[in-house]
Amino acid sequence: MSFQFTEEQIKRYSRHIILPEVGGKGQEKLLKSKVLVIGAGGLGSPSIYYLAAAGVGTIGIVDFDVVDYSNLQRQILHNTERVGTPKVVSAKKTVEALNPDVKVITYNTKINKDNILDIIKDYDVVLDGSDNFPTRFLVNDACYFLNKPLVSAAILRFEGQLTVFDYRDKEKTPCYRCLFPEPPPPGLVPSCQEAGLLGVVGGIMGTLQANEALKLILGIGETLVGKLLVFDALTTEFTKVKLRKDEKCPLCGKEPKIKELIEYDEGQCDIRF
Amino acid sequence: MEEIKADRELDLRGEVCPFTFVKSKLIIEQMNVGEVLKVILDYYPSVENVPKSMKDEYQEVLAVKQIGENLWEVYIRKAR
Repeated sequence: MSFQFTEEQIKRYSRHIILPEVGGKGQEKLLKSKVLVIGAGGLGSPSIYYLAAAGVGTIGIVDFDVVDYSNLQRQILHNTERVGTPKVVSAKKTVEALNPDVKVITYNTKINKDNILDIIKDYDVVLDGSDNFPTRFLVNDACYFLNKPLVSAAILRFEGQLTVFDYRDKEKTPCYRCLFPEPPPPGLVPSCQEAGLLGVVGGIMGTLQANEALKLILGIGETLVGKLLVFDALTTEFTKVKLRKDEKCPLCGKEPKIKELIEYDEGQCDIRF
Repeated sequence: MEEIKADRELDLRGEVCPFTFVKSKLIIEQMNVGEVLKVILDYYPSVENVPKSMKDEYQEVLAVKQIGENLWEVYIRKAR
């Protein structure tokens, strides 16, 4: 094994290198890894920032929105000066200022069934920090078809949820559709625009998402595969719920009905947050 | 004292903790099991900390020798 770190890198990653579970070998893995983050918002901000600090060598960021004042209560990659700037551009600037080792690839586009496979295919791990069900189902199905590990988080009001679907081993992992076979009807589940959200919940869940991604890359510890972590900010309680693979799942069950990507309608509400 | 044959040598004069250990570890990681690394140190806390941290990672510390007024050699055999 051989690796060559610069003096600056030795200093920058010294706290990682000291860890027996990481070392130079693990840091080298991180520098060579490629992580795709869907959404540079409340979840993507902390996950992208910590992945960049950790020295993940390539970070892809997908978002088609621009920075708005209403984002700044939680989306810490952005700032007041960047209101009106595309979120991917703002995110890239923040990451590059933190760590020049990271190559940021931006996708200033709305993902759809025609572009998602092409965007995802070169990445090692995918993080979903999106804000709507059509995207979540699309990202899940694409990761499933391409055998990519997916770290999925969601936040609303004072609650956060997190799990890992590791599609490198489809026998073991439940999938997103084992939990939610189909998207809910538009309007049934409120968006954070309607329901509100305590900003730090995104910080906590996004940071935990980065933690799962780092473990997947390093091959250490135990990930949340088959477990749903639920966080309640009001009581400061974490609850872990076991997830089971559903034999009747339309995607990963014994007789799967879904064989190709599906694009769901987002419904009437097109307000973004 | 018996002469210890080193396969690699790392001169860390001028370096302090934790970089003395970090740099030693990076070399050890790239060596083969059984090979010996000689580390030269001039910062006393590192003379205590490098062997301690190496032992924590299950490496074998063969010897710590003072070779000058403020100069030490630490010999570490890669055990895993």
